Amino acid sequence: MSRPIVFENVSILGEQQAHLVIDGGEIDEIVTDGHVNTPAGAIVINAEGLIALPGLVDLHTHLREPGREDAETIESGSRSAARGGFTAVHAMANTTPVADTAGVVEQVWSRGREVGLVDVFPVGAVTVGLGGTQLSEMGAMANSRARVRVFSDDGKCVHDPVIMRRALEYAKTFDAVIAQHAQDPRLTEGAQMHEGIVSAELGLAGWPAVAEESIIARDVLLAGHVGSRLHVCHVSTAGSVEIIRWAKSRGIKVTAEVMPHHLLLTDESVRGYDPRFKVNPPLRTQEDVDAVRAGLADGTIDIVATDHAPHPDEDKDCEWGAAAMGMIGLETALGIVQKTMVDSGLLTWAQVAQALSTVPAQIGRVDDVHGRPLAKGEPANIVLVDPQDNWTVDPSATASRSNNSPFGGVELPGRAVATFLRGVPTHLAARFEGAFA
Amino acid sequence: MKHLLTTKDLSREDAIRILDTAGQMAATQEREIRKLPTLRGKTVVNLFFEDSTRTRISFEAAAKRLSADVINFSAKGSSVSKGESLKDTALTLQAMGADAVVVRHWASGAAERLATSGWIHGSVLNAGDGTHQHPTQALLDAYTMRRHLVESPGAAGLDGLRVAIVGDILHSRVAGSNGYLLNTLGAKVSLVAPPTLLPVGITARPELEVFYTLDDALDAHEYDAIMMLRVQRERMTGGGAAFFPSPEEYSRMYGLDAARMARLPEHAIVMHPGPMNRGLEISAEAADSPRSVIVEQVSNGVAVRMAALYLLLAGEEAAA
Repeated sequence: MSRPIVFENVSILGEQQAHLVIDGGEIDEIVTDGHVNTPAGAIVINAEGLIALPGLVDLHTHLREPGREDAETIESGSRSAARGGFTAVHAMANTTPVADTAGVVEQVWSRGREVGLVDVFPVGAVTVGLGGTQLSEMGAMANSRARVRVFSDDGKCVHDPVIMRRALEYAKTFDAVIAQHAQDPRLTEGAQMHEGIVSAELGLAGWPAVAEESIIARDVLLAGHVGSRLHVCHVSTAGSVEIIRWAKSRGIKVTAEVMPHHLLLTDESVRGYDPRFKVNPPLRTQEDVDAVRAGLADGTIDIVATDHAPHPDEDKDCEWGAAAMGMIGLETALGIVQKTMVDSGLLTWAQVAQALSTVPAQIGRVDDVHGRPLAKGEPANIVLVDPQDNWTVDPSATASRSNNSPFGGVELPGRAVATFLRGVPTHLAARFEGAFA
Repeated sequence: MKHLLTTKDLSREDAIRILDTAGQMAATQEREIRKLPTLRGKTVVNLFFEDSTRTRISFEAAAKRLSADVINFSAKGSSVSKGESLKDTALTLQAMGADAVVVRHWASGAAERLATSGWIHGSVLNAGDGTHQHPTQALLDAYTMRRHLVESPGAAGLDGLRVAIVGDILHSRVAGSNGYLLNTLGAKVSLVAPPTLLPVGITARPELEVFYTLDDALDAHEYDAIMMLRVQRERMTGGGAAFFPSPEEYSRMYGLDAARMARLPEHAIVMHPGPMNRGLEISAEAADSPRSVIVEQVSNGVAVRMAALYLLLAGEEAAA
């Protein structure tokens, strides 16, 4: 049995100061009146200035295993997630083989348990081999030990409207959600970056905003028609935010996520043709950045997810047209959210807890264990954030097996300094290592 | 100048220096012995990831007439079958001691990537990157216009001239480079294309006037030069691309024929970067007319490329 831990003077959700005691994998006590009975043998942490949030939950992670262990493994990805403050990640289905059978999702799930740094929840493919034509056996995956509740062909769009409709309907059987990668394939053939002023200048084939928006518009109408849950992956345009806002006002069961890079970067970064800025959907304009920030602030966009997408060096150390799309992001997500949303006054820390923990856990139907309130008797899945730990991103220092971060050299205002999964530390900043030795 | 990657960042002063140097180079080509010793001992590599015999032999002739050693490196590679990576190819060239790399690549930005990645130390000369830029083509076009349309070409720009560029602007690195360079040199540019063949972001460039038909463009202005761009037939209508309905309709609306030639001022010149599709974007009558400078563009290309190589490789002494 691990020792009890007492966090003294920690700020709960950035609000009330308290002493927080965890023991036996649960929150044992939260004392707000100033006096705490330190249990015998407890580890006592001076947490003054630190914020306690429920452990973060990523609804959109690429762990690459099985198949591309040169880019990431479940172990290295889990370690990177824990460092970023996450206690749960949803592993996307576009592995090799594709996670479209109970066998593959159980393999991913059990490897995640074995590693034990975060809870790994596999996402199942909507269609066999991400081929877009035949539904995968969702029932087998939902009823497997992995208990899949999120299905997605992420990386590819379920573009056939009939297949999408059937998937939405069928998923109701398991109270599951279809997470759509909204990208009209015909409108984005050969697309290299956001279509606009910069693409015209750089001579790169454009990825128009309408290719995302038209699919989202269709899908919210379909979801409304059949009464199913739709989740929109990586919302990147102002128009998408408008459509989702409209759909929610009509009572359609749609949720949406935004990526940290779409909160911070624009297509101006593509000048110079550095493939670290190549991502799908692409970096958009400042107007879009402002719109997704506003959408996240007013709740139109429900959550922040990372779309952590590791790629080995050779897939980025090349010309733009030959480079892979995607960027790692587990360790920088929280700092970017603080920089763009908290320090700018758009979100409180309590709202950050909603967007990065509570709501993604609910969407993924893992809210029995994750995204729980910080209260007595709840599982001790907790992240401590130091909002004043200003740091400069060094991509080579990541725990990920890949280092394709676009944020090298960027200063972030804060970060996770300790993460606990069921009371066990999965990440500790150097300052705490002594206490836990 | 260390590299020549794009005309966007080329100052008016540098552009005119290249054109003036090209004039001097052209003059030496009238002599009995055309070879100059200027780049003796320098190695120029023509690195072509895309077939372009015309551009390659133009650069090869330019380098050889300056007495440089020329290595032709044809690296087959496409986005589908990558083959050897740009990085490994570059490291190989670096190991061989290339002083300048003339690069043609299917990927936009490949030349810039080569110049800024640290893979090689020599000069990089962009000989066409994807649908981005082809700076020496724009320079040879400007050189040709200056010779025909400016009274005393030495040290002059193209101030006040009006140029129409007609055709596939969307995929054209020639149009990409000409748009910036002509503007820098003081010319006014009209782009003429069906809306399907214009980049969506082009409206953000107020210096470029846009026309959707050639007749509208000819109604609006008197042009000093008209530049017809090559239309890649198979790319335009095949595979659901639908950029325009048919080659016949394109030819009717955007082709330069005798009737449209007659609407140009007497002094106007007809240009084409080649290779031409006779009967599609340009009629034989227009291509072979006395006002056509299409063949001369080719010979001017050698002079301009000599100038560019000279200024990049012997640049410091040359500037002094």
